[in-house]
Amino acid sequence: MIQVRELTKLYGKKQVVENVSVDIQRGQITSFIGPNGAGKSTLLSMVSRLLDADTGEVLIDSTNTKKLKSNEFSKRVSILKQSNYMNVRLTIRELVSFGRFPYSKGRLNDEDEKMVDQSIDYMDLKEMENSYLDELSGGQRQRAFIAMVIAQDTDYILLDEPLNNLDMKHSVQIMKILRRLVDELGKTVVIVLHDINFASVYSDRIVALKNGRVVKDGTTEEIIQSAALKEIYDMDIPIQQMNNCRICVYFNS
Amino acid sequence: MRDLHKMLILVGLALAACGVYLFQDLNGSFDYALPRRGVKVFAMVLTGVAIAYATVVFQTITHNRILTPSIMGLDSLYMLLQTLLIFFLGSDHITIVNKQVNFLLSIAVMVIFALLFYRLLFKKNDRPVYFLLLVGIICGTFFGSITTFLQVLIDPNEFSIIQDRMFASFNNVNSDLVWTSLVIITLLIAFAWKQNSSLDVLTLGRDTAINLGVNYDALVKQMLVLSAVLIAIATALVGPITFFGLIVANLSYQFFTSYKHSVLLTGSIVISVVALVGGQWVVERIFTFNTTLSVIINFIGGIYFIYLLLKESRSK
Repeated sequence: MIQVRELTKLYGKKQVVENVSVDIQRGQITSFIGPNGAGKSTLLSMVSRLLDADTGEVLIDSTNTKKLKSNEFSKRVSILKQSNYMNVRLTIRELVSFGRFPYSKGRLNDEDEKMVDQSIDYMDLKEMENSYLDELSGGQRQRAFIAMVIAQDTDYILLDEPLNNLDMKHSVQIMKILRRLVDELGKTVVIVLHDINFASVYSDRIVALKNGRVVKDGTTEEIIQSAALKEIYDMDIPIQQMNNCRICVYFNS
Repeated sequence: MRDLHKMLILVGLALAACGVYLFQDLNGSFDYALPRRGVKVFAMVLTGVAIAYATVVFQTITHNRILTPSIMGLDSLYMLLQTLLIFFLGSDHITIVNKQVNFLLSIAVMVIFALLFYRLLFKKNDRPVYFLLLVGIICGTFFGSITTFLQVLIDPNEFSIIQDRMFASFNNVNSDLVWTSLVIITLLIAFAWKQNSSLDVLTLGRDTAINLGVNYDALVKQMLVLSAVLIAIATALVGPITFFGLIVANLSYQFFTSYKHSVLLTGSIVISVVALVGGQWVVERIFTFNTTLSVIINFIGGIYFIYLLLKESRSK
């Protein structure tokens, strides 16, 4: 379990994240939703130690993250950010091999190679494993980065808007893979999402942020309600039940 | 062609350049000419290693392939120091006459400056790289202006001594300094070589590097100080020559397909040995000392820099 305790982040005098406490349960997909500037990405960055919190602490399986060495941390929690600009040309396989860095320090043994193979197979990238990343489409690139995170083999996987700039087909593909990671491999996934319908269909729990505070925290059924969404987004959003999915019809509200 | 073959060819070229430089027209002068040429070749190899290593590492930590560590203003600081010493203490003062003292003093001042620079810029981790670039340029220009101001005021005889330090030269390298440099550079690189795989991860960007367990702040700090010390040594040894690093680092990226720092660093080192020893041979044999190596380096480097800028702007 990841326990976030009273995290605060200031940019200048503005509180971007204000006294946030959240528990993230194991073996579930937890989505962070909320309007732009709500502090979702900042919160995720602090949990994953990419950003130092001004106050507060994060416990991972009851261990304070400040007490974990960077290398130990990277065997337990992985984070994938939105933009992954790189200066070098890498093939998919080379990128995925980097996922083994916390274990191998760049010298891959047989077990590492096996993990890399499995991750590439899992993301269905076997045929193009020797293609360069800059030759790939956005969806393929995103899958390659997720394969790297799978190779990293952490219990917790945090993703910051992984569906950005992806079309419907690739978005669904990525979300299905994340669902499989939780259901088949027992991973815990935390994801920042913009489209509430993806959050509604694929997540177990939803945490809603607004102006740097947690305004709602509960199961998907509890959050995907017109009243709750009104509080989060200031919009009247009708909800339709379709094939066991709860769909928010926000386009003309 | 595989990277290994390319490397072997380059090493062959480097050895050939050194061989030709050392033994051409020697006429059996093993006692006089050979040791003198030997010191020069030695100094060129050391400078090449230091500049190449410092530049590749600096470009990795700043995620930018058209920067050189001279952006930190170390070259200008070196010139300012030399000018200040001659201006206030005179050209016959021990800090100028004794090359060993001058060498160590220069290194100390440049390293202290680099540490201050680091504290100023990297302490808060939300400062972007461009901030470093701008502050560096401002410092460099500031040092350069003071230097020029003092040089205008100074006695013309004293100025000729400063002028001598303004351009990198291998013609009067002190052999004691070469040994001191060798020891420092060997120790530094022996220590830094272990970080190569972490540097590989750093090319993926800050966030991915931290995600993969690289201790980002500590690594960047170490590598920044390392490249500052290496630049300081090279500059104190032969004079300002940092621009040279831009050429060899980028040639190495173009030449080798690998992203690994063990390959890129070795490659850029060997390329810089070929360029320095070969270039010095051209200066001595073809131009018969009518020009200096740093003039040729700046000329070719400038053209290459413009080419890189055009290429970068086209790829975006």
